[in-house]
Amino acid sequence: MTDHNAGPFTLNRRTFVGASAAVGGIVAAESLLSCSAPPAEAATTVTLTINGAERTVEVDNRTSLLDLLRERVKLPGTKKGCNQGACGACTVLLDGRRANSCLTLAVMHDGAELTTIEGLADGDRLHPLQQAFIDQDAFQCGYCTPGQIMSGIGCIAEKHCGSRAEIREWMSGNICRCGAYTNIVTAVEQTAQQT
Amino acid sequence: MFPFTFTKAADEPSALADGANGGRYIAGGTTLIDLMRETVERPPTVIDINALPYRDIDINPQRLRFGALVRMTDLATDPRVRTQFPVISEALELSASAQLRNMATIGGNIMQRPRCLYFRDVTAACNRREPGSGCPAIGGENRTHAVLGTSAECVATHPSDLSVALVALDATVTLRSTRGDRSIPISRFFRQPGQTPDQEHDLRPGELIVAVDVPTGAHTSRSGYLKVRDRQSYEFALTSAAVAMDIQGGLIRAARVAVGGVGTVPWRLPEVERTLVGRTASDPVWTDAAARAADGATPLSGNAFKVELVKRTVARQLATVGARV
Repeated sequence: MTDHNAGPFTLNRRTFVGASAAVGGIVAAESLLSCSAPPAEAATTVTLTINGAERTVEVDNRTSLLDLLRERVKLPGTKKGCNQGACGACTVLLDGRRANSCLTLAVMHDGAELTTIEGLADGDRLHPLQQAFIDQDAFQCGYCTPGQIMSGIGCIAEKHCGSRAEIREWMSGNICRCGAYTNIVTAVEQTAQQT
Repeated sequence: MFPFTFTKAADEPSALADGANGGRYIAGGTTLIDLMRETVERPPTVIDINALPYRDIDINPQRLRFGALVRMTDLATDPRVRTQFPVISEALELSASAQLRNMATIGGNIMQRPRCLYFRDVTAACNRREPGSGCPAIGGENRTHAVLGTSAECVATHPSDLSVALVALDATVTLRSTRGDRSIPISRFFRQPGQTPDQEHDLRPGELIVAVDVPTGAHTSRSGYLKVRDRQSYEFALTSAAVAMDIQGGLIRAARVAVGGVGTVPWRLPEVERTLVGRTASDPVWTDAAARAADGATPLSGNAFKVELVKRTVARQLATVGARV
């Protein structure tokens, strides 16, 4: 199976990478693969509790937890940045602990409990850390913000907010291209002190 | 990513049977999924082993034992590990990010594959990925590559910090398959590339890491890990040092030293250890011993700086651990 598939795929990827920017090439090659229908045994049904609601979805085994959230249950608040565990934009709470949803498969989490950015507010009342991000102007473009907030909640729960330096170290899995780190640290610090 | 069939192993016998039939084990998935997405790994069958009972951390006067499915966070934050084996906690907390440490397992950390850019780029040649295809790192981008244990076939470093600490502390790994258990020193688990860089470890097909044992000694509680990186956090090591020493009344009675970021496998430094034992803890002794830290190094075009850097890393960490009470 591997050998059978390796040839054409390698060719496609080379063609794409050679013909376009590397990132575009990877995206194109991946979507090409996603379009090919997987064999029946390559799909699995999973049931997860997402923000308190039970969801049952049949997924291609290759589906990441991130893609399940964004593409299958239509919760696009969780962002796809690097899709390789380096940027933290996809951070969610998985069974209560912060995790990169891009680096785990949906099929591995049947029965799991998930909290995403969409599950934080209580009606119109924002979670204290969401409010702190607004109060402290802790973002510019906002793309990393859902991941920063979910990671900040983990950081506070883990009690790693003893100093600004400690917050920086324990938030280092979340990259902000705009460089809003100073105010992100302040938002996390203030919320930790309030709770 | 290529399609694969997925099995969630309900128990150990079914996991080992599926493994014996060629399935690929998955636990935290943080390395494997990334490599599958890059199509470096193309397993036709993936076996989820998270239901297996390898999650205990057990300590007695003779040894620390932890299961292969213990998460990095949980081993690092165990108060007994933190006080009695600080080098293990420190190596773990200087690895990856908080999110990844919540996901990644001990077994998977030991099984990490190289971070060499050519290994991870399927359009490049790589002897580890495709034996015989060549090693572009040797004449290419090799600033982060190894200076110890390299061969004409491969110069990639082993990326695990934890494994450096475990090699320093003479850990053993217990491996299980349908044919039974065996335990081997972790230093023998990792294989230098030699002529066969695709054979990274001693694990046989279908075999599973189930536990790691670390013997307790007078040196284990006076231990620590130093990691030198291009940035302060969330980065792989340029160099690192795991040090453990037994010092009584100023006399160094035992020393364990291993380095990371410089070897194709976690690299023990027996000459440095021999230079330390029997002498009095002092700055000149640290520098004198650390001078042996790069013995046998063969730098590449872009990483000669590591030869001096690893000596300084060892000297600094000997001084730090030597000053600990």
